[in-house]
Amino acid sequence: MPDARLHGVMAEFASPEALLAAVVRCRREFASVDAYTPFAVDGLADALGFTRNGVPAITLAGGIVGGIGAYVLQWYSAVIDYPINAGGRPLHSWPAFIPATFELTVLGAALAAFFGLLVLNGLPRLNHPVFDVPDFDLASKSRFFLCVRADAPGFDAAVTERVLGSLDPVRVTRAREVER
Amino acid sequence: MTDEAALAATPVLLGRYTDASITDRIADIVLARPVHWGWIAAAMVSGALTLLFVVAISYLFAKGVGIWGNNQPVAWAFAITNFVWWVGIGHAGTFISAFLLLLRQRWRTSINRFAEAMTIFAVAMAGLMPILHLGRPWFFYWLIPYPNIMNLWPQWRSPLMWDIFAIGTYIIVSLLFWYMGLIADLATLRDRARKRWQQVAYGLAALGWRGDARHWARFDSAYLLMAGLATPLVISVHSVVSLDFAIGNTPGWHSTIFPPYFVAGALFSGFAMALTLAIPMRRIFRLKAFITARHLDNMAKLMLVCCLIVTYSYATEIFMAYYSADRYEIAMTVNRMQGPYAPVYWSVVLCNVIVPQALWSANVRASTVSLFVIAIVVNIGMWLERFMIIVSSLNRDFLPSSWHVYAPTFWDLATLAGSIGTFALLFLLFVRVLPAISIAEMRKLARDKEAARA
Repeated sequence: MPDARLHGVMAEFASPEALLAAVVRCRREFASVDAYTPFAVDGLADALGFTRNGVPAITLAGGIVGGIGAYVLQWYSAVIDYPINAGGRPLHSWPAFIPATFELTVLGAALAAFFGLLVLNGLPRLNHPVFDVPDFDLASKSRFFLCVRADAPGFDAAVTERVLGSLDPVRVTRAREVER
Repeated sequence: MTDEAALAATPVLLGRYTDASITDRIADIVLARPVHWGWIAAAMVSGALTLLFVVAISYLFAKGVGIWGNNQPVAWAFAITNFVWWVGIGHAGTFISAFLLLLRQRWRTSINRFAEAMTIFAVAMAGLMPILHLGRPWFFYWLIPYPNIMNLWPQWRSPLMWDIFAIGTYIIVSLLFWYMGLIADLATLRDRARKRWQQVAYGLAALGWRGDARHWARFDSAYLLMAGLATPLVISVHSVVSLDFAIGNTPGWHSTIFPPYFVAGALFSGFAMALTLAIPMRRIFRLKAFITARHLDNMAKLMLVCCLIVTYSYATEIFMAYYSADRYEIAMTVNRMQGPYAPVYWSVVLCNVIVPQALWSANVRASTVSLFVIAIVVNIGMWLERFMIIVSSLNRDFLPSSWHVYAPTFWDLATLAGSIGTFALLFLLFVRVLPAISIAEMRKLARDKEAARA
């Protein structure tokens, strides 16, 4: 019977190399593994089996929406809703519509990249079980954390602690779910 | 070993740092270090100028644009000169943070954060200027397309409309890019802070960032995409600003060289401002290990490249005036060199063409004093260049009956000085409140350096 109030078992490492080796090992044993680092460690996300990075697709969609939206807005307002004949110039004067279309393409893509990043990362989320783990304030400084989550089927805290303890960590701790 | 080779061997990070020591070193500027007298003196001067800005704007709103020297035919004068100058200054920040990231220039790591802050504050000053210049500033939102009870839409064929979109997009994208890079460092400050209010403030701003490896992976790709978007954006912004001029048929404005000429000028003034800020900052906060002679040298070289492009543009303008055989263009060129604003023209040549040639010398680039002086001279020169383009083109256009010599009033000067003070005050506050150097990226740089040594 898994402990419902357990988030997972955390191990603290002193270097990214130690963390990376531990992640590779733990991925063979456990289903759901997380890692927390003070900077982007090369190859760590790959080692965690992270493949579904949705940010580029969302950014592309934002750019397309921004660009098409800007062009349609200009076309509709200049041709349909408010046509002005200025010296017989064409109403649909597309070259003049390009600058605003370009700018709003960039704006749409940038907004999508920023907010897509936040939504996919589940941020803002000010409280999280890992924050209660001792030393976790060093995860934004000089320590590297690995978490084997308790939500996977067949999770056994004692076994997990034994495996993590064999990987030469600084320490191993249990992370509790946040009290509500 | 020659000076040149010695400088090339200067690392972008001096000394040996670990993740922990580099974090403490940068975070302590915000959290622990007592206030330096240099900072207080600068904050007092810029605070006084900020008050002057408030007074100048209040008086403007009370009396109208008649308090400035603008009149027909010189309707643009100081406000638009300030606008173009401030937007241009912003460009180097984006160039450093976005363009150099795409080119994998790792020396940018310790200067990108403050350069981005410089961009945001400069563009904020720029955005104010056209609104102040409107005369009826409370109607500025009429430029934004929205369904309204007047049944009107903006004039999409006007470059002034393109400007709204270019500047609006630029400030929003710069802010997002800057904030995105800050989130992880805000989490560091949250975890380092000892005072409760600091923990709460940085904690809220960090959005609960916990350094999850998957979050980092998404962050890396979003940050790179943002850089890829910001790079063409920054080129477009000053191109659009230049079209405000080039689309008009005023002699001196109606020229196809304007977009690249303006972008080069923007980067020129931007690198000058980045050096103006970096040199005192690294001294006051003792950051010489992070912002090294190599950084200053690289920025000086980029400034020299921009100087050469700008010089070429000046020469092309003169050549094209005579090659076109357009009598108004020729008259405008002669007026610039010999007319009432001749001192402005020759000051521009001195500041932007002649003085920066000293940067060919490695000794000049290695001396912070001479670099600082040249940067100030270029700042002044680029402001005068925008003044020259606007005022000396407008003051004598076609018919002599409409000629008029413009002279600034006290309030013109107060608005310029006030905007400089406000910019400086914002920057000084930024340095004390947020990490002026990207901590997360510096950890990586320090680790790679140690790995290369091992």
